[in-house]
Amino acid sequence: MEYYRAHVLVCGGTGCSSSGSATIEEMFKTALAEKGLDKEVQVVRTGCFGLCEAGPICIVYPEGSFYSHVKKEDVDRIVNEHLLKGRIVHDLLYVDKLEAHSDIETSITNVTFYKKQKRVVLKNCGVINPEKIEEYIAFDGYQALGKVLTQMTPEDVVNEVKKSGLRGRGGGGFPTGMKWEFAMKSQGDIKYVACNADEGDPGAFMDRSVLEGDPHAIIEAMAIAAYATGARKGYVYIRAEYPIAVKRLGIAIAQAKEYGLLGTDIFGTGFDFDVEIRLGAGAFVCGEETALIASIEGERGMPRPKPPFPAQKGIFGKPTVINNVETYSVIPQIILKGADWFRSFGTEKSPGTKVFALGGKINNTGLVEIPMGTTLREVIYDIGGGIPNGHEFKAVQTGGPSGGCLTKDHLDTPIDFDTLTALGSMMGSGGMIVVDDTNCMVDFARFFLDFTVDESCGKCVPCREGTKRMLEILEKITSGKGTLEDIDKLESLAHSVKDSALCGLGQTAPNPVLSTLRYFRDEYIAHVTDKKCPAGMCKDLLSVVILDGCIGCTACARVCPVGAISGEVKKQHVIDQTKCIKCGACIPKCPKQVIVKQ
Amino acid sequence: MKSLEELTKLRDAAIQKVDLRKERKGTRIVVGMATCGIAAGARAVMAALIDEVQKRGLKDVEITQTGCIGVCRLEPLIEVYKEGEDKVTYVDLTDEKARRIVAEHIVNGSIVKEYTIGAYE
Repeated sequence: MEYYRAHVLVCGGTGCSSSGSATIEEMFKTALAEKGLDKEVQVVRTGCFGLCEAGPICIVYPEGSFYSHVKKEDVDRIVNEHLLKGRIVHDLLYVDKLEAHSDIETSITNVTFYKKQKRVVLKNCGVINPEKIEEYIAFDGYQALGKVLTQMTPEDVVNEVKKSGLRGRGGGGFPTGMKWEFAMKSQGDIKYVACNADEGDPGAFMDRSVLEGDPHAIIEAMAIAAYATGARKGYVYIRAEYPIAVKRLGIAIAQAKEYGLLGTDIFGTGFDFDVEIRLGAGAFVCGEETALIASIEGERGMPRPKPPFPAQKGIFGKPTVINNVETYSVIPQIILKGADWFRSFGTEKSPGTKVFALGGKINNTGLVEIPMGTTLREVIYDIGGGIPNGHEFKAVQTGGPSGGCLTKDHLDTPIDFDTLTALGSMMGSGGMIVVDDTNCMVDFARFFLDFTVDESCGKCVPCREGTKRMLEILEKITSGKGTLEDIDKLESLAHSVKDSALCGLGQTAPNPVLSTLRYFRDEYIAHVTDKKCPAGMCKDLLSVVILDGCIGCTACARVCPVGAISGEVKKQHVIDQTKCIKCGACIPKCPKQVIVKQ
Repeated sequence: MKSLEELTKLRDAAIQKVDLRKERKGTRIVVGMATCGIAAGARAVMAALIDEVQKRGLKDVEITQTGCIGVCRLEPLIEVYKEGEDKVTYVDLTDEKARRIVAEHIVNGSIVKEYTIGAYE
């Protein structure tokens, strides 16, 4: 076993990979070899650290120095200064925007973004090399499976999970232990376990990050679920748009097989279990469990009515347990540390932690894990770092296209499954999209409807036709042609679709409309009665005009892509409203700042 | 994998590789690695320390480096921080001296007085 005095952890998640972390990793290796340090300093590619906004991210242990936005030219300095001479390169460290004091934190554990988080699901993400099973094992990996197989009965396992109060993290929040119990009690010669990794919410990427950063946790948990329910075969249904996650999961499965942690007679107990990957083509509806089952079977991915539930009739008509990635990821820890440990986080009815993908108008875009019951204010202001460019917080959409928005009044609401549902939103898979005062809420609802219309599978009429008609009404309103009756029609249609659609996709599709109507009805009314968009976003309700004070410098006319601006040099210019496409390109060019949207 | 013991053995072997990234307490050995230290042979001292710690399978020992401490004439120089004890500074080291420090001070807890800065001055 080689001993390294320092470890350089380079993030290999999707976020950092797209900002060039693979090149950074190679450069570290080359530079270290040049300095003859390659036997002393190890370079490790890990999963996502969560603070994607600051990528590419590198962390140097033992100090835990947190380097952010690492550029190619920085690598040599970090190697020369920090790794060769032991001087932390302070100017390359992550600057904590939230701490008023000027000291730069040299250790990752003191950064505000991480301080309020409780990393349970993400405990190995950004710590281990996901492509090395030894590292997972070093952090107690597969111990839970060993414990389950050698010391616990299937009933014990189900009871422990039930006692933990774990609820499905995919969105519905159904108690996981109960699901397992149903499957355990179902009669069947063959049973299956499945992992739903078809994360389809725009803006949510926690499942991807877990699979990229800690794939063995999912394999271990699926084996535990299989043992508890009597299954011998598992499927991971993952979208093909997640190439890094697919690759690492494949490597993990191969390594687990090599170590005899998958296959036959695991731990000499006679328990056999195997996992297979099924790639999805990226249809949102395939995240719905019955559609997912159909897709695994090779059918077209469409939902069917429930009951029968998958626990009775699932894959190939056999009893099947389906859980989301994040749900699985905590199972090994619940087994090892006990249900009471898990219950020590979160709230009475929603124990544990939840991972959220923070996005939109927020400073610290990235992945955060918090105990249930943390307030929205803490997430957005303390961890997320607030709204950029001095804008004002307006709303946050939770649960993606299936969820709803929460407003300023809800900032002090503790977040858990039940409080969000009570407010007309939902936990969903954990996307959190922050909206500021420059976003139009009608347009926001239109955006999500546009998504669900695209993704509706077309099997049931309420969803196929209803969402389409709702989108048409929204487009009518944002283009300034709406009437007050349209708003009422939209609302009643939304209720009909919600009550009558076949599956979760259709039933939740009206949520963005209903919740924006509930909290921002005045914006809808402004669009139809005043023909104004208060946020200044809906193009058809705006015009770009040049006010008095134009000096005729012609700067605006030169950038106009459609030639809509005319006027003589040194004289007032005008915009031809029939030609103007309201792109706003002219606005920043005006030295007198007399071009405005109104 | 045929038994839980086998897995535990594997874990104990693997833990050394990742130990550095865990939150932990223990001993810190800091090697002076500025230009003066490197020129005086700190790299050989560091290599000896790493080798010795690894050979003995010592956990919770962190070897790290620092810049110039100011007494360039006494390089190669290391400082040992053991939990709950005062810092000990060893000076004018060699490969062999470094190995002896690991054996006597780090493992057995008795300071090698004759190599300390106090003895040298």
